[in-house]
Amino acid sequence: MQWNSVSEFFAMGGYAFYVWGSFGATAAVMLLEMLHVRRQRQEMRRSLRNELLSEGASS
Amino acid sequence: MKTSDIHWFKFSSPPNFYWLAGRMWPWFATLAATLTLIGLWIAFFVAPIDAQQGQGYRIIFVHVPASQMAMFIYLVMAAWAGFGLAFNTRLSGMMASALAPTGALFAFLSLLTGALWGKPMWGTWWVWDARLTSTLILLFLYLGFLALQSSIDDARRADKACAVLALVGVVNVPIIYFSVNWWNTLHQGASVSLSKSPSMAAPMLWGMLIMVVAFWMYTIAVTLARVRTIILDRERHTEWVKNAVE
Repeated sequence: MQWNSVSEFFAMGGYAFYVWGSFGATAAVMLLEMLHVRRQRQEMRRSLRNELLSEGASS
Repeated sequence: MKTSDIHWFKFSSPPNFYWLAGRMWPWFATLAATLTLIGLWIAFFVAPIDAQQGQGYRIIFVHVPASQMAMFIYLVMAAWAGFGLAFNTRLSGMMASALAPTGALFAFLSLLTGALWGKPMWGTWWVWDARLTSTLILLFLYLGFLALQSSIDDARRADKACAVLALVGVVNVPIIYFSVNWWNTLHQGASVSLSKSPSMAAPMLWGMLIMVVAFWMYTIAVTLARVRTIILDRERHTEWVKNAVE
């Protein structure tokens, strides 16, 4: 184990901002990308279903 | 009697690939999550402190995977785009467009984590150094691809224009890779290469390699998930899409 205490772990030897900033930004970008992909899919399915319904109504 | 020809190209038809991608992406996502947890464990609890950079070097565990992903995605994207241009296959352009946003995000993360690493170690967020500048150009190539894609309404024409842009831009990838050898740069040389044994401690190397594979799995998962939406959009007037969304 590299760390003697939890606070030492979070301090990252004085590089806390840089290390947690890097890992945090990467995690945030990936999370947002996944949410975005899911939302795009939901919106696409909704728009396709609406298209189908309006076609059904007009025919 | 008609022979049942089951062949490899079966999955290059959009409806089949839509189904296949839907079956595959959760597996890649599971692999990505598992490998990320193992990689993070090694990165923070197994890999020792660095003699020169202290704990600050741990940025390597996201910086290197993001950077190599940004370059590899560009090569794969250009290969799909070029294949589509040569053989006029429908799926190729969709795959290229599905890869571009993820590539752009990794190029952005490469620059951001690089800046966060450069500030404490070099004393500056940014220098106009060959490696950094060519990576910035990579980000602009991705953004150019995405902008061009969205500016042309006809998807097939957009694919062709984007394929040309992607192929021309490929020249930038070897420039990024070899920049640290070709020019005097502030950025350090490769720690891992095919020609010599890696110049880093084993747990650091393993942690980094596992994170690299985790990012690959993530990229495959998110690209397959995204291409399904693109397929639905481009095939919206076909019977199979109507059946698929009902």
